[in-house]
Amino acid sequence: MDTVSQLQRQFVEYTASLYREGYLDDQFTQLQKLQDESNPDFVVEVVSLFFEDSEKLLNNLTTALHQENIDYKQVDAHVHQFKGSSSSIGAQRVKDMCVVFRNYCDEKNLDGCVVCLQQAKNEYILVRNKLEALFNLEQQILQAGGSVPMMV
Amino acid sequence: MSFLAVPLEFSKPFLKICKWVLFIMSLNCKLSGIKGRLLTNSKMRKAKEPLKGSNGGWKWKRLLLFLWVFLVATGFSWFLFGFVSTQKLEISRTSEDNSSGLIQQFNVSKDHLHELASSFFESDQITSLKCTKQLEHETAEKNVITCALEVPYLENHGLEKQKYVESREKCCICDENIPTKGDSSISSDSSVPLFSQSLPSIASKLQSTTENTMQTMALGKFIIEHFHGLQYCFMRVCLWAIFAMGLSYQISGLHRKLWKKRKRKVHRKKDKVEGSSRGAGKWMKKLLVLFVLAGVAVSIWLFWYLSSGISFRRKETLASMCDERARMLQDQFNKTFGEYTERTSFERPLTSGVAYALRVRHPEREKFEKKHGWTIKKMETEDQTLAQDCDPEKLDASPIQDEYAPVILSQETVAHIVSIDMMYLGASYDIPSLVEKLLHQLASKQTIVVNVYDTTNISADINMYGPNETDTGLLHISSLDFAIAASAGQLIIVLLLGHIFYAAINRIDTVERDYQEMMELKHRAEAADVAKSQMLMDTNLNAKQLDFAQTAHASGKDLIKLINEVLDQAKIESGKLELEAVPFDLRTILDNVLSLFSTKSQEKGIELAVYVSDQLPKVVVGDPGRLRQIITNLVSNSLKVSPPSFAIITIYAHYYIHLVVFNLHLIRLQFTHDRGHIFVSVHLADEVRRPLDMKDEVLKKTLASVQNSLNSIVVYNTLSGLPVVDRRKSWGSFEKLSGTDSIDQSENIKILVTVEDTGVGIPKDAQSRIFMPFMQADSSTSRTYGGTGIGLSISKRLVGLMNGEIGFVSEPGTGSAFSFTTVFMKKETSSLDTVLQQQYYPSISEFDGLRALVIDQKSIRAEVTRYHLQRMGIFVEIASSLYSAQSYISSDSANLDMILIDEEVYSHESDLALFLGLKELRPTDSTNIAGIVPKIFLLANSKSPARHNELKSANLVSDVLVKPLRFSVLISCFQETLITEDRTQVTRRKPPTLGTLLCEKKILVVDDNVVNRRVAEGALKKYGAIVTCVDSGKAALEMLKPPHFFDACFMDLQMPEMDGFEATKQIRSLENKVNEEIQSGEVAVEMFANVAHWHTPILAMTADVIQATDEKCMKCGMDGYVSKPFEEEQLYTAAACFFESG
Repeated sequence: MDTVSQLQRQFVEYTASLYREGYLDDQFTQLQKLQDESNPDFVVEVVSLFFEDSEKLLNNLTTALHQENIDYKQVDAHVHQFKGSSSSIGAQRVKDMCVVFRNYCDEKNLDGCVVCLQQAKNEYILVRNKLEALFNLEQQILQAGGSVPMMV
Repeated sequence: MSFLAVPLEFSKPFLKICKWVLFIMSLNCKLSGIKGRLLTNSKMRKAKEPLKGSNGGWKWKRLLLFLWVFLVATGFSWFLFGFVSTQKLEISRTSEDNSSGLIQQFNVSKDHLHELASSFFESDQITSLKCTKQLEHETAEKNVITCALEVPYLENHGLEKQKYVESREKCCICDENIPTKGDSSISSDSSVPLFSQSLPSIASKLQSTTENTMQTMALGKFIIEHFHGLQYCFMRVCLWAIFAMGLSYQISGLHRKLWKKRKRKVHRKKDKVEGSSRGAGKWMKKLLVLFVLAGVAVSIWLFWYLSSGISFRRKETLASMCDERARMLQDQFNKTFGEYTERTSFERPLTSGVAYALRVRHPEREKFEKKHGWTIKKMETEDQTLAQDCDPEKLDASPIQDEYAPVILSQETVAHIVSIDMMYLGASYDIPSLVEKLLHQLASKQTIVVNVYDTTNISADINMYGPNETDTGLLHISSLDFAIAASAGQLIIVLLLGHIFYAAINRIDTVERDYQEMMELKHRAEAADVAKSQMLMDTNLNAKQLDFAQTAHASGKDLIKLINEVLDQAKIESGKLELEAVPFDLRTILDNVLSLFSTKSQEKGIELAVYVSDQLPKVVVGDPGRLRQIITNLVSNSLKVSPPSFAIITIYAHYYIHLVVFNLHLIRLQFTHDRGHIFVSVHLADEVRRPLDMKDEVLKKTLASVQNSLNSIVVYNTLSGLPVVDRRKSWGSFEKLSGTDSIDQSENIKILVTVEDTGVGIPKDAQSRIFMPFMQADSSTSRTYGGTGIGLSISKRLVGLMNGEIGFVSEPGTGSAFSFTTVFMKKETSSLDTVLQQQYYPSISEFDGLRALVIDQKSIRAEVTRYHLQRMGIFVEIASSLYSAQSYISSDSANLDMILIDEEVYSHESDLALFLGLKELRPTDSTNIAGIVPKIFLLANSKSPARHNELKSANLVSDVLVKPLRFSVLISCFQETLITEDRTQVTRRKPPTLGTLLCEKKILVVDDNVVNRRVAEGALKKYGAIVTCVDSGKAALEMLKPPHFFDACFMDLQMPEMDGFEATKQIRSLENKVNEEIQSGEVAVEMFANVAHWHTPILAMTADVIQATDEKCMKCGMDGYVSKPFEEEQLYTAAACFFESG
């Protein structure tokens, strides 16, 4: 019983820190709200989709930026995708990075794009780790027999 | 940044560095003094020389040598002290061994110094520590240093303790060597060795002094930088000092090597000379001297040539570097500005297509006028009364000016408008200022301040470049680091010259100047660099670009509005504007105007109200659009000039006799709002002329309010309680208002609309030209309140077209009132009126016959509320205070259905009082005989959801009505509270929620992004929809091909291959084709699931709000848009449009 409440507190604190540090925004809360009995794994499902999608996109971007003649339209389309999916799950920092990235794309600034890609990658890995940790915590709470506290 | 801001902790290091510098200075002085003594010694030695010397011919050579030496020494001493010294110096000869010993020492110390220099760079702390250490060492060792002919002195700067011991020992040895070796060298026969011996020694001295001076200068510069720039912290200074020293030592090492080579060369020459026959004798020696002298001369020239070449090239590269930086800056600027122009390009053709102003100088005026066929007119006529038309013919020719700016209207529709001198237009739309602002924004970010100081004069440095004020708080850009690093090359040149050639002092002087120039160039280069990076940084900022885009966007919208207005004006003037004649509800039009401004008025805290006299028929025939335009213009004008409401502090004493038994006295400090108002009232023109008792209640009161104000009554009986102007004056000049009208009374109806505000008013001198196009009260008006100033002139013309008149009265500080009359036709059949009304609001009959009590202390406002309620058929009673309301409630047995209380009844009291007051009403209600509990509504001025929710949750009020009151708002509110609760369950009309709206609806989601698709699906499923997803526009096309079972489609806009717009277009064309086929009977309806008309609602989903302009979505056949990620409220409003009916 004690472990559950401890885990729950830890969970709440961790989630709050994610919001505070800007990894996540309100959209993630919205996502959590969409999860109910009829759709118990909605958040995890969407987030895993995001992970798959992001990794694919980041790979595509890396190859696109390493070509001799860079098709900035293509790059922009990828970044747009990335921005869309990151904003859908509320990965704020990734989304912000994408906005900057798109600007460089418009300018056809290769250096800027490469730097942005690297930063976007970093941000993505960060948010992935954070979210995975969050889900782990969630699992632990569930295993310990508690319920996941809802963030308001 | 400023001197005052230098943290206290820096004061200590400051003191230390001051000490250090002073010490160095004193050392220099001592050094020279000792040297002087030393030189005297050697002079004595030299005096003996002639005795020992065997050859008499030596004398003139000596003299020559002495002359050289003298010159060098003078220059050197001058260099050392910074002023021309009268001190005579002679230079002694020193032995070859001595100098070689020195060289050894130098080489040894050099290696050590290298290590030291690198170690010094490691940390500031260590450096500072070592610096202080050095200070101690220097004090202790100065005697030794001076003994070693100044050279070790320089070394000591960078030496550690152990090294010191070593050097001291060596120095001592050297010292001992001096007399013996000196003697031996003096006894030497040959002049050449002597020459070569003295050369290095003097050169070394020179070099060391040069270095010394340079260092002192560098230090001096640092200090001056420190004092004047006030930016360098102590650590930095130390670091740089050490760095400079290290550098100079490296250089010195280089010199040594070079010098060695040269020496060897000279030695070789000497050997050669000695190898040749001695018979050649004196001639050969003389020749040799000459040869050497010539060689020296050639080398002078060569080095001068080279150095000038090098310095020239250096300057050139630096200049080109500067140019490059400048170009980069320029590029950056052009790029940013280009971006801006690109973003605004869509609106520019529009502006240039309508009108433009041209600059015409007076001498060109005649030519210009001839060319265009008209004269430049003055903007205002001499006596412009308010009701006069702006007739171009009446305008005077513009008086003689230096410059004119006539407007040239390039479109044909407006070509007839006579060009008017723009210089007289107080405020036109200010595009240049927009651009200027933008430019300024750009420029302000890159203010380049370059300050270069001549720091050679320690007492007062001379500003060589840049603004005079040094303490502006601007970023002080210093490139001293660069300057030193880059001048290393320069220093090499300097030292090479100084080392090889005796008269290098002149060269040093030149180089010194070059150095300063270099400094300047460097400063410039670095400033440019900083600016560039700042610029880059700034433009990289997303917010900045967003700001640009927003500015452009906003200005674009403004421009388009202006253009529409200009075209309107043009249309009216050319008589192309035709008025409609359709039946319409006057009150609905006014409600529309209110809704348009409700948000703005709530934001500003201005009370906005509409009152239509009950004498007016419900429906009239005319042009509703134009009437709305006039009223909108007037109201927006009033709203613009109305200052936001302000708060004043008042102290009130309240007596709650019936609540508090003992403590009766309560004093509260509170904020109350004295809000302005805008009051639109519509009456029959005839009403004004009627005798007082026949007049409408509101009209009576509004007219009376001004009369009251004459009797100095503090609280005015107006909408907001603020004084207003006498509105009667606004129609005072109307010709057709009173007296016999030519208009047929039986068919036509003349209405009088008055818009009254409590704004700033119009200055008296500007009142005459208020209806002129592009004219506002003064040029600052457009800047303060925005707008183009064309609205009123259009209003005037529209009123004219509607057979009416417009006029106004304005009192600066009090407000204005605009009145206009228009003539409409009466609607014949009145039976249709109700039909019309019922059409919009089918449930209006539900309220018929209800009874309401309005509690409001301001009678006009109460009347306005009554007007709105009466429109719904509600019978209204008015009470001016809570107290009278209570007595009314208790006395009157009539069953009240609702009580409406204005918030301001309580505004003088606390929330507590409001709560208690409301509670007070409730118990009496419950005792009501009829048994019906009246619903209490609060009429609120502004939205404060928290407070309102509190009231609602406390069950004190049924609902809060936020003003301005509108028919639609009232109906929906009453429906919700009265009907749902009072009526039986059968007629219950629960407001539809998203759940009920989307439940069981089949929805197609189109998005290429899998994550988005999943989220959208999840969101829609939550509301009970049955969701199908596809990932491309083409797939959507396939799915939505009739017949299908989808109730709606949510479509992403930006998709690869086929975007949302294109997909929608194709779906629509597909649907149309099917519809046509069905209509024409080609295909049976049964084939298409019995749906005769196919139109699947398509909603755009977008994260980009700018992209999703209504217009663009509608154009390609979409029904609306929702922003991504979904927001419940927005999704509801968007979905409600097409699901509610179905």
